[in-house]
Amino acid sequence: MTVQAWTFALVSLSFALYIGIAIWSRANSTSEFYVAGKGVHPVANGMATAADWMSAASFISMAGIISFLGYDGSVYLMGWTGGYVLLALLLAPYLRKFGAFTVPDFVGDRYYSQAARMVAVVCAIFVSFTYVAGQMRGVGIVFSRFLEIDITLGVIIGMGIVFFYAVLGGMKGITYTQVAQYCVLIFAYTVPAIFLSLLITGNPIPQFGFGGAEQETGTYLLDHLNRLHEELGFAAYTGGTKTTIDIFAITAALMVGTAGLPHVIIRFYTVPKVRDARISAGWALMFIAILYTVAPAVAVFARTNLLNTVVNEPYAEMPEWFTKWETTGLITFEDHNNDGLIQYVGPAATAASGEPLQNELTIDRDIMVLANPEIARLPNWVIALVAAGGLAAALSTAAGLLLVVSTAVSHDLLKRGLRPKITEKGELVAARISAAVAVIIAGYLGINPFAFVAEVVAFAFGLAAASFFPVIILGIFSKRLNREGAIAGMLVGITFTAAYIVYFKFVNPAANVADNWWFGISPEGIGTVGMALNFAVALVVSRFTAPPPEHVQSIVERIRVPRESGETHQTAEA
Amino acid sequence: MSHPDYSSDSHLVREDQTRSEYWRRNLQYVGILLSIWFAVSYGAGILFVDTLNEITVPGTGFPLGFWFAQQGSIYVFVVLIFVYVFLMNRLDRAFKVDEIEEVDE
Repeated sequence: MTVQAWTFALVSLSFALYIGIAIWSRANSTSEFYVAGKGVHPVANGMATAADWMSAASFISMAGIISFLGYDGSVYLMGWTGGYVLLALLLAPYLRKFGAFTVPDFVGDRYYSQAARMVAVVCAIFVSFTYVAGQMRGVGIVFSRFLEIDITLGVIIGMGIVFFYAVLGGMKGITYTQVAQYCVLIFAYTVPAIFLSLLITGNPIPQFGFGGAEQETGTYLLDHLNRLHEELGFAAYTGGTKTTIDIFAITAALMVGTAGLPHVIIRFYTVPKVRDARISAGWALMFIAILYTVAPAVAVFARTNLLNTVVNEPYAEMPEWFTKWETTGLITFEDHNNDGLIQYVGPAATAASGEPLQNELTIDRDIMVLANPEIARLPNWVIALVAAGGLAAALSTAAGLLLVVSTAVSHDLLKRGLRPKITEKGELVAARISAAVAVIIAGYLGINPFAFVAEVVAFAFGLAAASFFPVIILGIFSKRLNREGAIAGMLVGITFTAAYIVYFKFVNPAANVADNWWFGISPEGIGTVGMALNFAVALVVSRFTAPPPEHVQSIVERIRVPRESGETHQTAEA
Repeated sequence: MSHPDYSSDSHLVREDQTRSEYWRRNLQYVGILLSIWFAVSYGAGILFVDTLNEITVPGTGFPLGFWFAQQGSIYVFVVLIFVYVFLMNRLDRAFKVDEIEEVDE
């Protein structure tokens, strides 16, 4: 069977599975629609959280980025996993005890303020939309490259599937579909990695393989790669080029941003107990760690294979995958010295004569994971599996984000804001309609992406870090923090972070170099500073304004213990 | 959320004390675990990465700092959460604030 036939078969099969699950797990009440009736088993919730969290960016882009950045790529590995420790220890159990439906719910009730609730709603919708646009783009790329159909049609098919199970099933449908999607994506990610590890190092476990020796030469893979990098004028693979403070700031922004993303936080509302919320964060991170510890291995294998295939080889003899990706415009070759060979070199490269060498090959980082099995000449079904996995990753994240948008509209904006008298049935209809509208807008953004989708995703993390994280943490750990402090903190954090990113990314991109950055921190890492400002402003403003009312202080007391003594089983469950 | 009626003030005081003791112990656990979290990622993986890179993990080609940044920190993160869950479940039982399964004590 050809790759295309295999892809078609595997993708259809997985889609049929998702639809079947959606029909089986329809939502009948707002509680089922928003939080799956709070009846999800912690292991299932862990898998769903993992699929929810691992997006097209994790599955398709991350290993590729790491293979180009080397050590500097560690920011994504540590940043996107370390946030779960913060979630498990500082947020999940308390938010579960609080027992709301959404993040703006917590902010609005804890800070006894409609204004705070609305600021949170706007942040949640903005963060989710920027994110979801990137997912739809991922769907489009997979469809166009592997099934060779138009990107527009690909996005429409993807939207149709998400529409079906998100609108029908709400959180309940999404949760069980995500469990299936996790299984598909982790299988699709690890199988090619095991093949590659065996081929290159003879060790079937990729996590060990990339620290091992190459079978052909007997030298350690990382040593070989470092030497190749030096010869070609790239920075050492295990060394990197970013400054320590920037690495520190970016890692922190990604960690804290993870812990502040509404579509991740909301998952901890779906389990029955506080205890379950704690342990499902553990399961979630374990399931995520499987992919995240394989990714740096895939990155090293991909880099090695790529360099072995293209460096100083004749352009005319490039394999089929090379030409196929060239037609998508994601690989470009320009023969500057007209020798017919591919000079793929870094900024520090010099020829034997001492003349600087010009790089002739440009490769989009996003294609490395998708192209990797082909570069290594793995069987066709493995290549097709990667396509199905990429779709699972993109669709599961898109669905989770769309749910946040729809609950933000139907619950926070209508029920708790503009239309408090709306009936349960009316709220459910509103939730479905806003999910449907959100799907259509996301599809539109996927077909007509802004040129700056990648930048906007960094934006989403920075904003989540600078807005939600401090007010949620302080809302739990400080009884003294009041409405004035929270609103001032969020506004200062968001405004500062947004202004810094907008200035360097959109207003004056030419100035986006280390010399102009404050404290040497790039726009990707500035959310860390925004977060610190938010904390500082919130604490200072709270000190000089009236303390929160008595009942709010007792809410804080209450969420700090899983069950109060004297409290019956029923109230602890409510 | 209804609050239980306490018949005497001494009961209230006791209640307050156990509660603040529970919270103090919780903060202690979180403090220790987050110090480890910081040490393996920001410490070993970022601040001291160059120093640690001079050591190679025995039997492999991993420079130690690089290994912490791309592998080790993630393994430790997972372990930290499970340790936290274990400690907190034990603490909940000790202070009788654990969620009861079927019957009240």
